[in-house]
Amino acid sequence: MLLHKITLEDRQVVCQNGESVLDALLREQIDIPHACREGACQSCMIRSLDGSPPIAAQKGLKDVLRHQDHFLACLCYPQQDMHISLTPPADFFTEASVIAKERLNAETLLLTLQSKEALDYYAGQFVNLRRADGLTRSYSIANNRIHTHKLTFHIRRLAGGRFSEWAHQELNIGDTISVSDPQGLCYYLPNQPEQSMLLIGTGSGLAPLAGIISEALHHGHAGDIHLFHGSREVDGLYWIEEMQQLAGQYPNFHYTPCVSKGDAPAGFGAGRANDVAISTLPSLKGWRVYLCGHPDMVNQTKRQAYLHGAQLQDIYADAFHVASSTLD
Amino acid sequence: MTDSNPSLYEQLGGEAAVNAAVDIFYRKVLSDHRINRFFDNTDIEKQAAKQKSFLTMAFGGPNNYNGADMRQAHAHLVIKLGLDDSHFDAVMEHLSGTLEELNVPQNLIDQVAAIAESTRHDVLNR
Repeated sequence: MLLHKITLEDRQVVCQNGESVLDALLREQIDIPHACREGACQSCMIRSLDGSPPIAAQKGLKDVLRHQDHFLACLCYPQQDMHISLTPPADFFTEASVIAKERLNAETLLLTLQSKEALDYYAGQFVNLRRADGLTRSYSIANNRIHTHKLTFHIRRLAGGRFSEWAHQELNIGDTISVSDPQGLCYYLPNQPEQSMLLIGTGSGLAPLAGIISEALHHGHAGDIHLFHGSREVDGLYWIEEMQQLAGQYPNFHYTPCVSKGDAPAGFGAGRANDVAISTLPSLKGWRVYLCGHPDMVNQTKRQAYLHGAQLQDIYADAFHVASSTLD
Repeated sequence: MTDSNPSLYEQLGGEAAVNAAVDIFYRKVLSDHRINRFFDNTDIEKQAAKQKSFLTMAFGGPNNYNGADMRQAHAHLVIKLGLDDSHFDAVMEHLSGTLEELNVPQNLIDQVAAIAESTRHDVLNR
């Protein structure tokens, strides 16, 4: 018999021979988004919770989605029983304590946490940090994955930002905070070591990019790696010397700090980081692109990168949506 | 049993042809100042997937074309941004241009154009 059982939360559906997971779910009146039923629109993407789904069901998905066992229900003809999820995984939290606090610039704090349990994360992912009273915010991990217990974050102080204000003013070394499982799809996989990489970040969008760069260099990434870090003024940037040093150390790493307001100092790009990047590197065919920071910058640059030749599958983005008023 | 009359989709080259076309077509559409404002607030990745579904249908491939969905998806563009025949024509122009670039024979281009044309009233909510 070729019947396979699909488990979704507390429900079980039997997938008939030759029936796709999508058809089986719809037959049982389980409401799941879908449209083309042929793997094109990707609206029926779901996730396997017990290992790799059939490879044919992952056709056309981005490498990071395949890596996290996402698949298209319409293309999936199960080869065994499956446990699936329609929603992102629930947050599991572990406890961590603050082991260091430093200033990166007037408004950005470098926070280092030591977690009780080892966290399995990829450079570029984010976690949710939760204060004792439940106040929770997402922050990108700013280091590479060599450290399993140590996590660093760049916390920018935002006008009226309850969490960032508290982290800057009141959170002390030795205090504990909860850290969720790592999440997000904007990360580095060492599967294309020759590929050229363009990374563009604004403000504390440097955090995940710095983690990705460090991870890529650690893996001996051979392709060129170009980082453009932008802010309105020089004061909004940080790690300028560190990045310049890294560029001196690795001939394939190139760094351009950018300021969009007023005159740019020597060696700086004048203008928005994405505009400087695209005018410096007008042909992105075959490139991998990482974008982190203000949502408008991320959206606009996705389009710019695509129109300059990058494939959508090679564009990884993390838009920083904020709970408080403003962000540059 | 062999099929002596390959379908339009097969003659065009199936999914591989759609993939090649979508890439050229969507770049043309997004670069065209007459129409790219209609895409300003869309997620470029989701939109590319929709373009692929649309081209698959226009190529005579497997599809679940739904006129009501097409109307709903474009209604706000018609009402708020004045989407009209001139914009639909521009898209049709890019569709033919894409296929010409891919050296598709004219008789097949005509068939694709005819299928795409059949969505005009749904897209423009008439």
